[in-house]
Amino acid sequence: MRSFTYERASSPAEAAAAASAEGAKFIAGGTNLLDLMKLEIETPTHLIDVNDLALDRIETTPEGGLRIGALVRNTDLAADERVRRDYGLLSRALLAGASGQLRNKATTAGNLLQRTRCPYFYDTNQPCNKRQPGSGCAAIGGFSRQHAVIGASEMCIATHPSDMAVAMRVLDATVETVRPDGTARSIPIAEFHRLPGDTPHVENALIPGELITAVTLPRPVGGTHIYHKVRDRASYAFALVSAGAIVQRDGTGHIALGGVAHKPWRVEAAEAELPRGAKAVAEQLLADAKPTQENAFKLPLVERTLAAVLAEART
Amino acid sequence: MRFDTPATTNPIDQLKIVGKPTDRIDGPLKTTGTAPYAYEWHDVVPNQAYGYVVGSAIAKGRIASIDLTKARAAPGVLAIVTAENAGKLGKGDWNTAKLLGGPDIQHYHQAIALVVAETFEQARAAAQLVRVDYIRAQGAFDLASAKDSAIVPDGATPDTAVGDFASAFASAPVELDATYTTPDQGHAMMEPHASIAAWDGDKLTLWTSNQMIAWSTGDMAKTLGIPKENIRLISPFIGGGFGGKLFVRSDAVLAVLGARAARRPVKVALARPFMFNNTTHRPATIQRIRIGATRDGKITAIGHESWSGDLPGGGPENAVQQTRLLYAGANRMTATRLAVLDLPEGNAMRAPGEAPGLMALEIAMDEMAEKLDIDPVEFRILNDTQVDPENPDRRFSQRQLVECLRIGAERFGWKTRGVRTGRVREGRWLIGVGVAAGFRNNLLTTSAARVRLDHRGVVTVETDMTDIGTGSYTIIAQTAAEMMGVPLDKVVVRLGDSIFPVSAGSGGQWGANNSTSGVYAACVKLREAVTQKLGFNSAEALFEDGNVRLGSRSVSLAEAAGEAGLVAEDAIEYGNLAKQYQQSTFAAHFVEVGVDVATREIRVRRMLAVCAAGRILNPKSARSQVIGAMTMGVGAALMEELAVDKRHGFFVNHDLAGYEVPVHADIPHQEVVFLDETDPISSPMKAKGVGELGLCGVGAAIANAVYNASGVRVRDYPVTLDKLLSGLPEI
Amino acid sequence: MTAAPSGANAQAGTGDMPSAVGEPAMSKVAITVNGEARELDLDTRTTLLDALREHLHLTGTKKGCDHGQCGACTVMVDGQRINSCLTLAVMHEGDTITTIEGLGAPQNLNAMQAAFVKHDGYQCGYCTPGQICSAVAVLDEIRAGIPSHVSGDLTATPQATVAELRERMSGNICRCGAYSNIVEAIAEVAGRPA
Repeated sequence: MRSFTYERASSPAEAAAAASAEGAKFIAGGTNLLDLMKLEIETPTHLIDVNDLALDRIETTPEGGLRIGALVRNTDLAADERVRRDYGLLSRALLAGASGQLRNKATTAGNLLQRTRCPYFYDTNQPCNKRQPGSGCAAIGGFSRQHAVIGASEMCIATHPSDMAVAMRVLDATVETVRPDGTARSIPIAEFHRLPGDTPHVENALIPGELITAVTLPRPVGGTHIYHKVRDRASYAFALVSAGAIVQRDGTGHIALGGVAHKPWRVEAAEAELPRGAKAVAEQLLADAKPTQENAFKLPLVERTLAAVLAEART
Repeated sequence: MRFDTPATTNPIDQLKIVGKPTDRIDGPLKTTGTAPYAYEWHDVVPNQAYGYVVGSAIAKGRIASIDLTKARAAPGVLAIVTAENAGKLGKGDWNTAKLLGGPDIQHYHQAIALVVAETFEQARAAAQLVRVDYIRAQGAFDLASAKDSAIVPDGATPDTAVGDFASAFASAPVELDATYTTPDQGHAMMEPHASIAAWDGDKLTLWTSNQMIAWSTGDMAKTLGIPKENIRLISPFIGGGFGGKLFVRSDAVLAVLGARAARRPVKVALARPFMFNNTTHRPATIQRIRIGATRDGKITAIGHESWSGDLPGGGPENAVQQTRLLYAGANRMTATRLAVLDLPEGNAMRAPGEAPGLMALEIAMDEMAEKLDIDPVEFRILNDTQVDPENPDRRFSQRQLVECLRIGAERFGWKTRGVRTGRVREGRWLIGVGVAAGFRNNLLTTSAARVRLDHRGVVTVETDMTDIGTGSYTIIAQTAAEMMGVPLDKVVVRLGDSIFPVSAGSGGQWGANNSTSGVYAACVKLREAVTQKLGFNSAEALFEDGNVRLGSRSVSLAEAAGEAGLVAEDAIEYGNLAKQYQQSTFAAHFVEVGVDVATREIRVRRMLAVCAAGRILNPKSARSQVIGAMTMGVGAALMEELAVDKRHGFFVNHDLAGYEVPVHADIPHQEVVFLDETDPISSPMKAKGVGELGLCGVGAAIANAVYNASGVRVRDYPVTLDKLLSGLPEI
Repeated sequence: MTAAPSGANAQAGTGDMPSAVGEPAMSKVAITVNGEARELDLDTRTTLLDALREHLHLTGTKKGCDHGQCGACTVMVDGQRINSCLTLAVMHEGDTITTIEGLGAPQNLNAMQAAFVKHDGYQCGYCTPGQICSAVAVLDEIRAGIPSHVSGDLTATPQATVAELRERMSGNICRCGAYSNIVEAIAEVAGRPA
């Protein structure tokens, strides 16, 4: 870990302004950033601790939705009564991720910003276009059981590891930010995470120094909320695939996948197939899938997971 | 004490303290965080500096140059050790690869430098500034590709053959010829390898985490080229070993070299992401098993061949050993082949040989039972043997495998199982059960101890035996208490220090039986010293309740010891009973699993082990050994695999997020039954080991249960859901 | 080829590194540990875990992986369990920290420590302090009504069933495999049979 100076910011605008300096980075929960700093995958020279910014409240919006402060801890978000009642999918996704200890520290914004768990990204002896642009991708042709099957590029086949982000995608969340110049903006979750393309190191829509202040959910849509995470180990493991869904009584609904792409994977057109069953949905969702030999099993697994989700929704 | 005739009645048979499920005497220390582990000796020497290890970025080749300029200039840096400046180093007898590499590189993450700095943060940061130019060489990294080049390994058990296997197999009415694979696996003990080294002139003290004090003191002396008398090695608490801490590793050698270079005590712990490639692992195997039987289920031919790989000069995984002894059959063969692989060093991990060997053999037995349409429990019973099948004049000292199977089947409710696969369903789960036999030899080795009796009547045991979580402290205390007739709280046990008499150490499940036998021997001598001092006839004196009594005369041990106290030291040494009798431990493992009908996720629902392993010295800690091994068996069967990058030659998933071991949610309540058994041929304790037996066979029982649940036979471990995605019914 | 050693920075091999790591940035922090006020002047890089172990010599909290993958470093900060390896000490100004040493002592075990001894809920002992801190916090979390992955009904009050305990304890790895006994120890403290 490189040396860094440390400050505690006292307002979002001040934090964003400070963070536009070269080498500066925000720290909130720290559960992914410090992990990466220890390996010098992240090498900030200045850390801006944003934990004092009073962004830790969950408020009802005038539209009847929820505004979740960027610093709301995963545990607190999952346990919030409104979330449990109206956005069960989000609670379920959060609780399927990490461990109790990590959820107590990890924040809502940090969860969206967590980086891939690709083991080649984590091993600085190996080429990785995400870690060191232009160096190559060791995962392609290497150990790729966990990797993306769709939306990947010849530069990167990493997945986004978040469970929460899958739920946020299904819930049509909006990411609220403040930029270094003090202006605020809202980014629809669909536009927040990027596919790797030729720039896998650019993972989201934020500009340097831009600070997430909240994530907003529209008013609840009812329906049955399901988050189905598939993994070898029964807990404390990243998804091989996961499916987050809201299914209505009439069989319509919304669905997104985790563990298959560089971002939560949702194809709105595929949702029209929901009444026709898992196979039809999976075919649409994964129409352009290009798995590796090691992760081709994810395609039938997605279909089977969707089938389980739809079966659960019917009960 | 020489043990060359079967034990008769002795003070241990009183079983007042031995054999009781006593709480561990080290429990209060461990549960309060006050037991000191290797990296935690802050107060033993002042001015400790921090070392951080730099590992090779390539698997095979040479270092063209190392540039230390920037690292040396980094804040706080005190010294940097590399092969260039370390001086001439020997290699320990127990190591295959060098612990400090360079210029030649033998494997990925081989240590090539140690950066010593004032603080941990400074050492870690400076280690990143060591610049290395490599010349990469071609290596062999894929066992399957190297299989055809494998040869008969030096020094290992040669091929075995009895009868005419080929003809018998060819003519058997029912036969199985199947190939199984087991992957590379990591010990993943919770405490990383760690050491603190301090020099005082030419004398070295090393606080470390090591299972085998005498081996490692010797290997350190050999590595440094100094007399072993100049080295003191201290390792009273070890945060797990499983074979990974049998030997001196890079943390110890580099701490020692770093301390010499920095002229200060130096502490080094291996970073977790570095451990999997830097240290040893259980090597992958390819195993071919052939079994031929009569239609009524009698095995007539059994053959087991195994291929594994290791670095040049390394050894094979002895996966065929149990097949020589487990089942009857007149015609038999085994063969072991070793390929050269340039992966990290393969070496012992809990139940080396038998663990992967039984993972294969006990699936084969399940497959064979199905072909014969015989219950798998009955098929094993039908082929039991009470003699060494290669040498029928040689009996097993004790062999209750049949009893293990029968009692286990009864307790588990085996007869209610669904014989046809994929037919039992509860909600989203397909349910299946599986059985496997467990087998592990009982190994005998010299073990010494020193016992003191002081004027307070306190008995202090000193031996270099280690407690790696096995319960050594407690069973040694129980042994001494039983022998000397004192309550447990009058015994102090001091372990893991090279100034103590040399014990068996912890490995191969030999620790409990041998180390307590050594304590027994020393206590026999101490009893003689007591009776001699009091002028008692030693054969008739009774040691009980803190007194020694003869007829109406009774003297307290405290008084007998007097101000000067009494000391006795002895070792257990074994004659040839192990040659006359085959000494082994046996188990039957029963497992119930659920396979998710949709996603094929596999979850273990019930586990039972029935063990026959001689006298159980402490049923509580012995049970823990077995459930812990069963847990490791769940990992081995369902998730653990060091994924090899066959291009670059390293284990890719080299941290605890990537290399998944079981968590709480994977493990149901586990049941263990110990058969009431004493084995007087084993030792005066009449005990054997259980720590590895508990692992042997579990993996296959799980794989067989998955087959029973799903109808999909997986022969390549780990049994993961992707291997079950074809062949199951549609949902 | 030129390659950086293990863990080298992303720009390894380009020859264009910053000249050297800078001098450590120091920062003062005041925390309360096990009821005692402590002031430290630390390299900002110091994790809470290393502050406890290397600076305060409270070595009961263990370093198993240093990357949030094992749970051996679990402590309670203001009553909540966290992995002390993944947080900087300087981020805890004014915080109240409870470590294993704060729960009980060898001659004065607390209920959870005593239950672990009784049920042999440990073997090598290295993950044990983290298991115990986690276990104490898990029972608090259940009492506080926080749901888990295995809670059947999200809106119901969770109970300390063995399934709940197993899921909630899954962030604490025990390679010795004492899980079955650990859950029995926790269940006893929770007042229900395992």
